[in-house]
Amino acid sequence: MREISVDVITAEVARLCSLAACDLPADVEAALQHARETEESDLGAFALDEICSNIRIARDSRLPLCQDTGLVVVFAEVGQDVHIVGGSFERAVNDGVAQGYEQSYLRASMVRDPVLDRTNTGDNTPAIIHTRIVEGCRLALTVLPKGGGSENMTSLHMLKPAEGVDGVIDAVVGAVEKAGGNPCPPTIVGVGIGGNAEQALLLSKQALRRPVGQPSDHPGYAELERTMLARINETGIGPQGFGGRTTALAVHVEAFPTHIAMLPVAVTLQCHASRHQTVVL
Amino acid sequence: MYQAKFVRTPLDPAVAAELHCGDIVMLTGELLTMRDAAHMRYVAALESGQEPPVDLRGQVVYYAGPTPARPGHVIGSCGPTTSGRMDAFTPKLLKEAGLAGTIGKGPRSPQVVQAMVDAGAVYFAAIGGAAALIAQTIEACDVVAYDDLGPEAIRRLEVRDYPCVVAIDAQGASIYEHGPRDWRIPVD
Repeated sequence: MREISVDVITAEVARLCSLAACDLPADVEAALQHARETEESDLGAFALDEICSNIRIARDSRLPLCQDTGLVVVFAEVGQDVHIVGGSFERAVNDGVAQGYEQSYLRASMVRDPVLDRTNTGDNTPAIIHTRIVEGCRLALTVLPKGGGSENMTSLHMLKPAEGVDGVIDAVVGAVEKAGGNPCPPTIVGVGIGGNAEQALLLSKQALRRPVGQPSDHPGYAELERTMLARINETGIGPQGFGGRTTALAVHVEAFPTHIAMLPVAVTLQCHASRHQTVVL
Repeated sequence: MYQAKFVRTPLDPAVAAELHCGDIVMLTGELLTMRDAAHMRYVAALESGQEPPVDLRGQVVYYAGPTPARPGHVIGSCGPTTSGRMDAFTPKLLKEAGLAGTIGKGPRSPQVVQAMVDAGAVYFAAIGGAAALIAQTIEACDVVAYDDLGPEAIRRLEVRDYPCVVAIDAQGASIYEHGPRDWRIPVD
């Protein structure tokens, strides 16, 4: 049994929150630069120029890429031979979020209650924590701060099995078209197929963790990703919804077995500031 | 290549009338930040006959809630938020409070567009997620109302060459309709 102290978890979560807010992963930056080089619309090119400059300013000046420094989603993969010591795991994660947001001057965006008391909690807690128990003696933590504007465009489509591949394509492309300029395109489109309702939504968010444009391991889904990306970029929505060739940078599909009566499809749109950082302890 | 128009705020109605959907604009002058909670409170004040804390006549409202300023900085990162959430309030602010323009991101409702045409108002789209870059154009920032709302307080900003696009002009033409229509590739 390997011991990991809650103090280490708190410090690492704080560090990851700060890093994620200001430092866009290299794969996302490369995808945006490629989009800038290929974008044909003037307004689309203007938007992508601003976005690419913003990435450099944020990194060099340690300023958040976006003022919406997000609701913090944490994916924790806990090895079954790990013993977390010194306190509560979830409290340690939330302490890390509070410290990271305060120390790095990130915006606190969480309200205490969604309807009855929309008072800001002041430290961006609580985080949304998804914990899985896995084999081994390591603890992997991924911090994925997600902005409200793109998260509001999330959709769930409970299709009939007979709708098949065409139904999936129509649901995903339709969701992107309906969202239009709202989720800050160019987006990364996370698609969760199968499981049940909440599993499909969770898969669609986990799909955002994959390096941008890395195809699915499953050749059939890799082809479906290419087909859907082409269809999405034919919509003409373009960067920021101004019109252009780049509406999405990538489509990432994650699938899971499902029920004989079901074909759930969830679509989570990630804005171009696809912020996520991982540490393995 | 693209070329920008340089525009001063508060917005002169004659200048507003000459701005066209798709123009790239650099704004210099005063902006007021207001987002969800400030809109709710401001409109509630208007509806109950109270004096609102800020005069919006001729002003441009920026839908934004910045990150906290680091020591020695005027402001933190400060990009636009989604405008559609303010749609329910905007016609009232255009008609009754004299608002002349708004800045945010994403499309507006037909009711907002109609109220803009009636008022001769302009809607600018800033680049969502370009908040660190936009912060470089902000030279002053003061909270002027609703300080208790934190990032959602009303702030008066002084900006120089703040980059944005005329998304919906005073004639009601929208980039969110024209842009995708012009660039759509028809499916066989």
